[in-house]
Amino acid sequence: MCATTLLSLSFAETVMAQVGKPFIHDPSTIAESGGKYYTFGTGSGGLVSDDGWNWSAGGVRPGGGVAPDIIKIGDRYYVAYAKGAGGDHASAVYVMWSKTLDPKSPDFGFKDETLVASSGGLEDCDAIDPAFLLAPDGKLWLSYGTYFGNIRLVELDPKTGKRMPGNKALDIAIDCEATDLMYQDGWYYLLGTHGTCCDGTNSTYNIVVGRSKKVTGPYLDNMGRDMLKGGGKMVLAVGGRAVGAGHFGRFIIENGVEKMSFHWEADFDLGGRSTLGIRPLLWKNGWPYAGESFKEGTYEIESERRGYALELVVDFTRMAGGMRGFGRNTDEPVKPVASQELADVIKTWPTDKIDVRIGDYMFRPHQKWTITAAPDAGGYLGGPYYKIVIAGTERALAATADAEVITVPAFSGAPEQLWRIDQLTDGTYRIMPKVVPNSGEKLVLVSTGDSTPSLGKFDMNSDNSKWNFKAH
Amino acid sequence: MAFVVFLGLQVGVLTAFGQAPGQGQRPALPIIPLNSDTTHSLSKYFIPASNVKKTPDAKGFIQRWLVLEPVRKSISRNSILTENYLRTAFSTDNFSADYTTVPKNGEKVKVGDQELKWYALDSKVYNFNFYHFTYAINKPPFGVLFWLVTVINCPEEIKNVRMAAGANSAGMFWLNGEEALMIPGDKDMIVDNVTSSLLTLKKGKNIIRTAVVNGPGMCSFCVRFLDDKGLPVKNYTISYQ
Repeated sequence: MCATTLLSLSFAETVMAQVGKPFIHDPSTIAESGGKYYTFGTGSGGLVSDDGWNWSAGGVRPGGGVAPDIIKIGDRYYVAYAKGAGGDHASAVYVMWSKTLDPKSPDFGFKDETLVASSGGLEDCDAIDPAFLLAPDGKLWLSYGTYFGNIRLVELDPKTGKRMPGNKALDIAIDCEATDLMYQDGWYYLLGTHGTCCDGTNSTYNIVVGRSKKVTGPYLDNMGRDMLKGGGKMVLAVGGRAVGAGHFGRFIIENGVEKMSFHWEADFDLGGRSTLGIRPLLWKNGWPYAGESFKEGTYEIESERRGYALELVVDFTRMAGGMRGFGRNTDEPVKPVASQELADVIKTWPTDKIDVRIGDYMFRPHQKWTITAAPDAGGYLGGPYYKIVIAGTERALAATADAEVITVPAFSGAPEQLWRIDQLTDGTYRIMPKVVPNSGEKLVLVSTGDSTPSLGKFDMNSDNSKWNFKAH
Repeated sequence: MAFVVFLGLQVGVLTAFGQAPGQGQRPALPIIPLNSDTTHSLSKYFIPASNVKKTPDAKGFIQRWLVLEPVRKSISRNSILTENYLRTAFSTDNFSADYTTVPKNGEKVKVGDQELKWYALDSKVYNFNFYHFTYAINKPPFGVLFWLVTVINCPEEIKNVRMAAGANSAGMFWLNGEEALMIPGDKDMIVDNVTSSLLTLKKGKNIIRTAVVNGPGMCSFCVRFLDDKGLPVKNYTISYQ
């Protein structure tokens, strides 16, 4: 078996999880403050990350209690969290705000803590698990509740975080918890978590969704079932060797690049502990679903523009044979034709820099790219930086100072050789160098012609900015 | 669901998640207003022993049931409610092996060492909420097994229907003495979560037996019949006998 195949097989199932100590339960929506990412969980603290990939304990959230959420409105970070009164599901949701989430900042400090919703213990609701939505019309909403009865919706004042005077709670779902709301293209979406919570490797927690034209519901699933009757379309349940996805949160990086945060009840590769998960958030036919974490492996890198593949600019080496003539004996034995191997062609390649182009994919060595996480190179929200090399070699894809893309003979770990890979909301991918030398611009790999790659500004509305990874 | 378990777990692990110091003295939080009405009354969520002619609701859900007081069960987690567990529990903690038996309102029966009473109730909503039922009769709401019976009266034979049910957390349903469907595991009450194979509702009386079991958390169920187009079947009446 050839080395390339071995590499391909060994990388095929490798999926990277957040690194560091991403241990949390009931994470809030991720918020960015002072150049850092924060998520608060049940308890008094949460996680903090400089890059969105390496997470560790940090953050200060007073109040304790359970399952907080964060939203930034203007110059305030509003935080909602819940506390139980003990006994029969008597609980309350409190909201407070701070101008920063950085506890070292002089502006840090939560103020105006106020009660916005409660359950009195003998009603079809347990007021925990709050989540914010700032609607396009500027109204601020909060959903809350757990398996004990209904999920409820209340309106808050976006200027203060307090409950709007006279507002009455509405029932919008049943038998779920850890809800969240989001808005997209004229629809309001209610995310809920069903299944077994808090049972480690046996947890069946799963995130489902329904949608409505009005924020007040009814929220129906893809079968028309009301979430007040248990309806819901699956967004995410299990991934790789982790189970129990719950507590959805949406993070929009820019148009076409969205992430969803959540927790795994148990990540088998991290000791079965409850951990922060971050996945691409994708949309199909008006429904959100979780994309896959990028898997290391050997791929064709296909342009969405034409369907051609990224390849080295080297001479095409013809293989032996050619078209079999017409009228030949069909009873002759069928013998497989061996693929062209790296060793068959590499001696014909230049040993210095080699340009790249986009061409017909023929599963030839100059078209196969092995993509692996670069060691100790850090990452971004939901992923590590990758090195992209020709399979079986160290020849690495790199950005140049004149905003072009080439390959260099050996991967050095230089930032222009590190690549960020984001799955886009339509399922295609964006490929972005960590750095374009001598440039502060954020550029991505683009097609400037069917056969010509370059670096350019990302445009979600153009297939020039989009790529696919195909494992053959 | 197991939120009680969740809180218990959190107490032990919060220090692993939390890491930040407090901010010093904080003002007291507003007190959570508790429900003032703590009366135990069936009439809040049910209509007891009504003589009014009853049909399925607009979506075909069956709201009229004879319900037995809860059988106590030691269940720490709903994930133990496997198929084998359910079959064993429903076989041993049973008031009658005759699945066409129709008990009477107020009748008392023995299940193991427990003497339990039947109630004839119409749920005011599409589903039957056992938390409300147990609170109303002042019985424990968690770690419980419920038996229910109802009679549906068809003016004519109805072929090619499916029983469709959802239960929190697990349950089993019989039609005219035959097993119709089972819902195992730690499930939420989801409308039409499980459906039976094609059934025939005979002309006259058809007897539905239901068993629902739950450990911690909310407990409820709903059931209806769907025709071969997936539409609710509604051309029958429901009685306690």
